[in-house]
Amino acid sequence: MNDDILLSMTGIDKRFAGIPALSGASFAVGRGEVHALIGQNGAGKSTLIKVLTGYYRRDAGDVAFDGKPFEVFSPQLAQASGISTIYQEINLVPYRSITENICLGREARHYGLLDWKRMHKEAETLLRRFNVRVDVDRPLMEFNTATQQMVAIARAIGFSAKLVVMDEPTSSLDDREVTVLFDVIRQLKQEGVSVVFVSHKLDELYEVCDRVTIMRDGRTVKTAAMTEIDKIGLVSSMLGRTINRAEGHATAFSDRDEKKIGKVLLSAQNLSINRTVQDVSFDVRSGEIAGFAGLLGAGRTETARLVFGIDRPRAGIMHYDGQQFDPRSPADAIAAGMGFCTEDRKSEGIVPEMSVAENMMLALMPKVSKSGVIDEKAQRKIVERFIRQLDIKCSGPDQKVRELSGGNQQKVLLGRWLAMNPTLLILDEPTRGIDVGAKGEIQSLIKSLADRGLAVLMISSELEEVIEGADRVFVLREGITVAEFDRNQATEDVLMSAMAHGNAPRIVEAAS
Amino acid sequence: MTRSRLISLLGSYGVVLALLLLILFGWARYDNFLGFFNITSVLRYNSMFALVALGMCFVIMTGGIDLSVGSTAALGSVVAALASSHGAWIGLGAGVGAGLCVGLVNAMLVTRLRIMPFVATLAMMLAASGTALLFAENQSVSVSYESGFTSIGQDNFLGFPIPAWIAIAAYVVGWVVLNYTSTGRGILAVGGNEDATRLMGLPADRIKCLVYLASGGLAGLAGVILASQFGAGQPIEGVGWELFAIAAVVVGGTLLTGGMGSVGATLAGVLLLGILFNVLNFENGKGWISLSAYWQSVIRGLFLLVVVILQAKLSRSTLVAREH
Repeated sequence: MNDDILLSMTGIDKRFAGIPALSGASFAVGRGEVHALIGQNGAGKSTLIKVLTGYYRRDAGDVAFDGKPFEVFSPQLAQASGISTIYQEINLVPYRSITENICLGREARHYGLLDWKRMHKEAETLLRRFNVRVDVDRPLMEFNTATQQMVAIARAIGFSAKLVVMDEPTSSLDDREVTVLFDVIRQLKQEGVSVVFVSHKLDELYEVCDRVTIMRDGRTVKTAAMTEIDKIGLVSSMLGRTINRAEGHATAFSDRDEKKIGKVLLSAQNLSINRTVQDVSFDVRSGEIAGFAGLLGAGRTETARLVFGIDRPRAGIMHYDGQQFDPRSPADAIAAGMGFCTEDRKSEGIVPEMSVAENMMLALMPKVSKSGVIDEKAQRKIVERFIRQLDIKCSGPDQKVRELSGGNQQKVLLGRWLAMNPTLLILDEPTRGIDVGAKGEIQSLIKSLADRGLAVLMISSELEEVIEGADRVFVLREGITVAEFDRNQATEDVLMSAMAHGNAPRIVEAAS
Repeated sequence: MTRSRLISLLGSYGVVLALLLLILFGWARYDNFLGFFNITSVLRYNSMFALVALGMCFVIMTGGIDLSVGSTAALGSVVAALASSHGAWIGLGAGVGAGLCVGLVNAMLVTRLRIMPFVATLAMMLAASGTALLFAENQSVSVSYESGFTSIGQDNFLGFPIPAWIAIAAYVVGWVVLNYTSTGRGILAVGGNEDATRLMGLPADRIKCLVYLASGGLAGLAGVILASQFGAGQPIEGVGWELFAIAAVVVGGTLLTGGMGSVGATLAGVLLLGILFNVLNFENGKGWISLSAYWQSVIRGLFLLVVVILQAKLSRSTLVAREH
């Protein structure tokens, strides 16, 4: 390995509205090194990258680049200093031509005017490195996502960068295109260019990366050579778990009464949509909590979206309550008796300016209306019942949801779905962003709901939540259900092994 | 040439085609429609609108809008008229300078204070109009006839009206800037995806400042021509110019959301709307029908709708055709 350090970041702090996103993070990249940066959702990878590229201004810490202190606070200047970035969401201009998207900001000129001929040629040459041959004069929006991604990469490389940062560059590429990309990365490495590679696909890291830095909760927890760390090591560092940890109850899911579990309510066989969900099979029974475990990008949320009719599967069969189930829209799924608490409360769930009562009644509106006019009395009754039942801490039904804590906002959302009397509730990361005390409350609430016969499909990135909460755990890895465990089989070791390798034995076959 | 390519060409050049058809119609129906006098007077009058529309076109391409152009032109005409006694050039400079000032305020409001362009320029529309009335003391301001200021709007150069020359020069410069400078490509990039443009390291705010400055300056220049052509600064002129300019830009196929647009098609849009007005006047002159100015506005509005609907249809079928 090259001892010559190109980039070093130490003690980086960054807060958003007082909430730390990075605290004392550090990161170092050698010259000509391909360095992986991994971590769970919210671990601070993207923030760290945006601090590096000058998009965010750091609150504290030192950055040195190419032997000099790096005090750059705009993407423009970072680019000029030799740091090129490919952001996770493709950040290009769809209406403009491929040439423009590649050359914007460093146009070729001829007597002070743009030299289109040379720019087209440059764009073509750059893209040919990726085996992409297209009419570079056509608008970018006419091309598929993979081509757009390649354009973004070509743009970054074209800037004769010393460091290329790739934030999940492979998420929209197919296998062949990934191979091409890896060839280009190796080529860059040979030319002495360093690459920071962010990905959730562990296999990819071993293929191209020299070293890896693992982040968790805004901190750097480990940096190691790829040859010195195995997949289990990566996963356990990301999740912050050590293998064979002493077992104890870390969550509020106290022992469940398994006798109350009824017959299969929802079953799904071989669901697929694209690379995110390739072959997912599972089933949930009445009164059961089924858990989905897996790393970020394993296809858990995407599967839930299929079940709830937000996206439509390309293949696979679902049965609900004994009948074939093919939801065309969330309305179908709701009519069948499902509820879905999404992962992102803020953007997909609550309406912050509306009151507790209004938020809770949004989905139920048609049922408490008499010829279009809302029956205030009936509404009031339902809302008050759920505030009591879920123990929502609020001044009353009229308080604005914005003013409630995260845990209580989540309860309002739960209340919204429970008011519909669902038979199956999908919970995507039900305790994310909720403080420890409220977490326990939500967890015991979920348990008591299941005890009363509700089927629950729970997606969680917290291992202990899945292990202690779920009656059965399905492990997803890169869009495939790779393992299924019963409550007594599910330990951190076997789950992490399944998440990392995907080759753990499928211990229990689906019951249906 | 494939069918989709043909449709996409039709979409881009539809306005030129409509313009040619309208001219053909006028030539066939009316004597003297293509006569020297008619051509020069149409050009002389519409060059003011052409200048305002050019600035508007650049602002709209960044995804913004400039509602203040009409009152900026009025202010420019008043300031130019007041300054015209010091010389033609000084009058010209003063009018353009007044426009640039309004443009500068717009630019600061939009980029520094992050006020929505619609609101910022609406406020400036009122402010500029009030300033014009204040300077003019609520009446039209006669220009100085000794300084030669009136030749800007009334004289010919090489047999062609000077305002038309000015507009042609402005459009050539605009076309070169848009197609052959990084600023021009930056304007379209900002309108297409402002966030991405920033992340690409382009000076998005500077680009936005430039278009509002240009729009203000061009509106001021239009005001100079107005004062010079009519011999007086007109504080209450310019009402509705911004709408005419927006209409011309939209007819020219420039997307109101920004990111796509053409200088040439905007000029065609101005001429199309201007000549339509001219055709209606000729029709009145035939004596068979008598359309009041109100009816002419109605007809222009309907015509605008037809063009926009056709264009939306065309571009939609282009997209569909491209997906196959």
